[in-house]
Amino acid sequence: MDTLVDNIIAEASGKEANIKMRCRDVSVFYAEKQALNEVNLDIKPKQVTALIGPSGCGKSTFLRCLNRMNDTIDICRVTGEILLDNEDIYDPSIDVVDLRADVGMVFQKPNPFPKSIYENVAYGPRIHGLARGKAELTQIVEKSLKRAGLWEEVKDRLDEPGTGLSGGQQQRLCIARAIAVSPEVILMDEPCSALDPIATAVVEELIDELRQNYTIVIVTHSMQQAARVSQETAFFHLGNIVETGSTDEIFTNPKDPRTESYITGRIG
Amino acid sequence: MPSTALFVLLVFSLIAFFAARSKAFAVAGDHIGELHSRPIYHGAYTTLTILVPGIIFWLLWNFIATRWISASISSQFSETLSSLTLPQQEGFIRDVMTLASGGVATFVDETKITAAQMVAEIRSRQLWIGGSILAALSVVCCWFAYTRITLKMRARHRVEQLIRIMLIVCSVVAILTTLGIVFSLIFESVRFFGRVSFLDFLFGLHWSPQSAFEGAGSEAISADNSKVFGAIPLFAGTLLITFIAMCVAAPVGLMSAIYLSDYASQGFRRIAKPVLEVLAGVPTVVYGFFAALTVAPAIRGWGESIGLDVSSESALAAGLVMGIMIIPFVSSLSDDVINAVPQSLRDGSAGLGATKSETIRKVVLPAALPGIVSAMLLAVSRAVGETMIVVMAAGLAANLTINPLEAVTTVTVQIVTLLVGDQEFDSAKTLAAFALGLILFFITLALNIVALRVVQKYREQYD
Amino acid sequence: MTDIAPENMGDGTTVTRLRHHSPERRARTAKRFAAERRFKYLGLSAVLLAAAFLVLLLWTVVGNALPAFTAHYVKVPLDLTTEKLTKENAADFNYRKIVRAGFGGLFPDVKKRREKRSLNKLVSSGAAIAARWEVSDNLDWVGTKAEVLLPLSDTADLYFKDLLGDLSRPESERTISDKEIAWLKELDEQGRIERTWNTIFFSNGASRESEMAGIWGAVVGSFLTLIVTLALSFPVGVAGAIYLEEFAPKNRLTDLIEVNINNLAAVPSIVFGLLGLGIFINGVDFGWFTLGGGSPRSAALTGGMVLALMTLPTMIIASRAAIKSVPPSIREAALGVGASKIQTVFHHVLPLAMPGVLTGSIIGMARALGETAPLLMIGMVAFIVDIPGSLSDPATVLPVQIYMWADFPEIGFQQKTAAATLILLGFLVLMNGLAVVLRSKFERRW
Repeated sequence: MDTLVDNIIAEASGKEANIKMRCRDVSVFYAEKQALNEVNLDIKPKQVTALIGPSGCGKSTFLRCLNRMNDTIDICRVTGEILLDNEDIYDPSIDVVDLRADVGMVFQKPNPFPKSIYENVAYGPRIHGLARGKAELTQIVEKSLKRAGLWEEVKDRLDEPGTGLSGGQQQRLCIARAIAVSPEVILMDEPCSALDPIATAVVEELIDELRQNYTIVIVTHSMQQAARVSQETAFFHLGNIVETGSTDEIFTNPKDPRTESYITGRIG
Repeated sequence: MPSTALFVLLVFSLIAFFAARSKAFAVAGDHIGELHSRPIYHGAYTTLTILVPGIIFWLLWNFIATRWISASISSQFSETLSSLTLPQQEGFIRDVMTLASGGVATFVDETKITAAQMVAEIRSRQLWIGGSILAALSVVCCWFAYTRITLKMRARHRVEQLIRIMLIVCSVVAILTTLGIVFSLIFESVRFFGRVSFLDFLFGLHWSPQSAFEGAGSEAISADNSKVFGAIPLFAGTLLITFIAMCVAAPVGLMSAIYLSDYASQGFRRIAKPVLEVLAGVPTVVYGFFAALTVAPAIRGWGESIGLDVSSESALAAGLVMGIMIIPFVSSLSDDVINAVPQSLRDGSAGLGATKSETIRKVVLPAALPGIVSAMLLAVSRAVGETMIVVMAAGLAANLTINPLEAVTTVTVQIVTLLVGDQEFDSAKTLAAFALGLILFFITLALNIVALRVVQKYREQYD
Repeated sequence: MTDIAPENMGDGTTVTRLRHHSPERRARTAKRFAAERRFKYLGLSAVLLAAAFLVLLLWTVVGNALPAFTAHYVKVPLDLTTEKLTKENAADFNYRKIVRAGFGGLFPDVKKRREKRSLNKLVSSGAAIAARWEVSDNLDWVGTKAEVLLPLSDTADLYFKDLLGDLSRPESERTISDKEIAWLKELDEQGRIERTWNTIFFSNGASRESEMAGIWGAVVGSFLTLIVTLALSFPVGVAGAIYLEEFAPKNRLTDLIEVNINNLAAVPSIVFGLLGLGIFINGVDFGWFTLGGGSPRSAALTGGMVLALMTLPTMIIASRAAIKSVPPSIREAALGVGASKIQTVFHHVLPLAMPGVLTGSIIGMARALGETAPLLMIGMVAFIVDIPGSLSDPATVLPVQIYMWADFPEIGFQQKTAAATLILLGFLVLMNGLAVVLRSKFERRW
């Protein structure tokens, strides 16, 4: 396993410029319990990286480290180094608020604010002062909804509450909301787990499109989904990264026996 | 005009807000995204930098100013003051203050006018000095914040830090209240126990504070005062009335809770629950009126009709009505407790062929016992601290009796009687009220702590 | 009723293979069901008893209150032609003599001093004041002779309301003499007695004369007091709740605050009165420094401060519950787009918790409105005739007014007390109703 890590590091340092986020020895502790054990991972720009693994393996925990959502949990402690464009995001001089504007997040269950569709999308740009005046804000809202593939469905009812949309629409609204602050990385925590298959297909398609503009990290429990949407895959097991690599490779030719048994359905 | 100064400060800080905001816009220019904090936060930061020190200074200054004035009065007019009694001194100072602020005092004489003139003079000087310092302070603070508006300045952090501090202060108010209660009670009680011995108070059998000797030289014969502040009759009276109240409230409240949670139909419950809630929402003074107007005469008439001698302010009447007041309290607490007993226990009992009442009596109630006990303790603490019903329906005479048809008095009644009306604040009588309050506070506190502990243990058992 | 199978086969010869079909067993089961029924009826009667108490309570209040909402007036011819009375001084003039002369003129036969005095007692001693109000409202009466409605004394009023008890008792046992009854009858026959809505009751402050006593002063006092209470306890309570629910780290201090709030909620209200008296009014004297002190006695300001401390725990507990019910996904959503913790709370959590917070506050305010004991401690029990105009004016509140009137022996005050109680209950019903509406309208189920 050490050699594996060394390989990754060697590989990574070779293509420094081609790495968006770089995680070194990331460990997470909940009180005394260790949830993540010295994880190393490089996330490539404008690609979809899937984090897979059995439940409780720490993939969500890791995802939440990437925009410091773990800060909201009192007993949670993170060690190691996570660089975003070569800047340590856990550096005291970094403002989490700015960080989360750069690294947006979409959650497992769609969680629109109980406000209008417009307000949902406009909230982010507003608190970050991204728009000068109403017209510009409306522009941002429109652009984000278009990118999230929701515009055609909601353009006539922007004043209606976002909670009134269907589950799939709500999740795309949450994606639009994340896009609206023009992040560079979007983290998605099992974004389709609460959706029906049709809505899932739409969201997956959207993720594929978003790749053109954003770096995406997605946690999923569905290997099919990982295979469908991602280019890179990292397999987590019991708080460790067992294997990373291109999705094709991991799914067709896993190096680690654990990965293989997970993919073929023996553990999970 | 202290408030005018604050108003001016407020206006100034508001102007500073807009100035700072537009400066932030100017600094950012076209790159509004470069600004760490949005302009509104720069504005708010500047405003707060002016307001917070300003207000703190002004409060301190006012505190100093009042001390300054009273110090000057007592030094300049020490002769006049020394010839007056304590309440007269207070009256003198109050009159002087009223005159100085242009009001009309009841009795005006030469000295008061001179004193008032002096006070007015000092005040205007204070306003001048304090106002100048305040103005200087504000300008410095404003300059400090304003010059710091840059792209990198973390105005939002500072503003949020301050909001956080204010939130903390608000949550600490609850602790300060408790401290305030304990402080005021203990402080006055200590003074009381300086005059009346603690043991005489706690174990004395005779309570008649109206006959306490007051006035000059009262300290010399405080031994006699000790004899009239024996609180046992009050405790006995409180216990008697509480006991009667619980005799009413415990069975009725508990049985209603059982009936409503296990027997009543949905429709019946929908009517009965609000009835109990209304009963809980009726102000205690209304219960007191009800007790005095309806219940007490009824009990008296009933007693006389069977040849009993019933006092018109009997413990029975007060206890009965207090019991009614506590019924909803007992029933809602018991309801929670009974509902917390897991359904599996009931199912187990029913599965053995027990009837509903057998299940309730043999399984649910024993399982819920700790919770019910704590509900009863809380109800007792309610009854002990209840004031208005007993003030209006129980008597003032401190009889040491367990006959519910006689008049008894309670701790709360005596606190009210000792403190209502124009009394000299320093007398043993008023101080006794605080001593009683202290005891009341600790008894109810102990009951609550024990009850909450018991209920917590009980909850853990089933969670 | 599933465990007995009482198929009575009629002749008793049927097979009873099951144990519980034995006669002993069946008797026992019947007994158990009798006990079951008894228990059930015991529960039912407990509920009904509580309901009966409520009905009796309301009956007493309403029954006594209704007569107080109307009052009897007598139409008295007033001679307003005296030169001393002008339109300018009509609002300050003393109408006592004019009223006496006018009322006395209705009974020209009454000559003796003693009789005259008892005759004059039939009109309220506040009649002169009532005349002043009437004349200054109708200035064109000045210089003419006008028929003016003046309040009767409470005894006369109660006589017409038939509330003086059995009038066939001997004269010495009654509060009204035969002669007075005769005079009142005569006035009634002349058509001079009118029963109207009791405006005095709704517009006056306190008075020793029951017919001149009103609750307006107490209503205004209650209003001012509650404003202070709300202004202090609402922001502090909500802010405290926000801190404890959203920011507070789990440590000793927050545990202490929690326990403390729970206990504070159960401290007898009278103790808060002692706190108000000891700290707000008198101050704790440490020699070199006085903690607190200087608050005005009997004032709405001090009363409001005391009630604010009293309602604070309720406020915090209710607000915390409301804040807690906002699902964490909303917080995550806001944090996820880069809102700061404070922005998350003030932009999203608090607005969503607001209906719950408001409901809790209204219920807390309702409790404060009905509170009496702590206000007695800080002197709001003083006899105050004037309507309070500011927060530092001496004032009284509705429940204290009820307490004071309940102490007066006159029958007239008994009705006033009940009427004031009814009004207090009315306000409480309004407030609680508002809370219920708010809850059902805005409550969000997550």
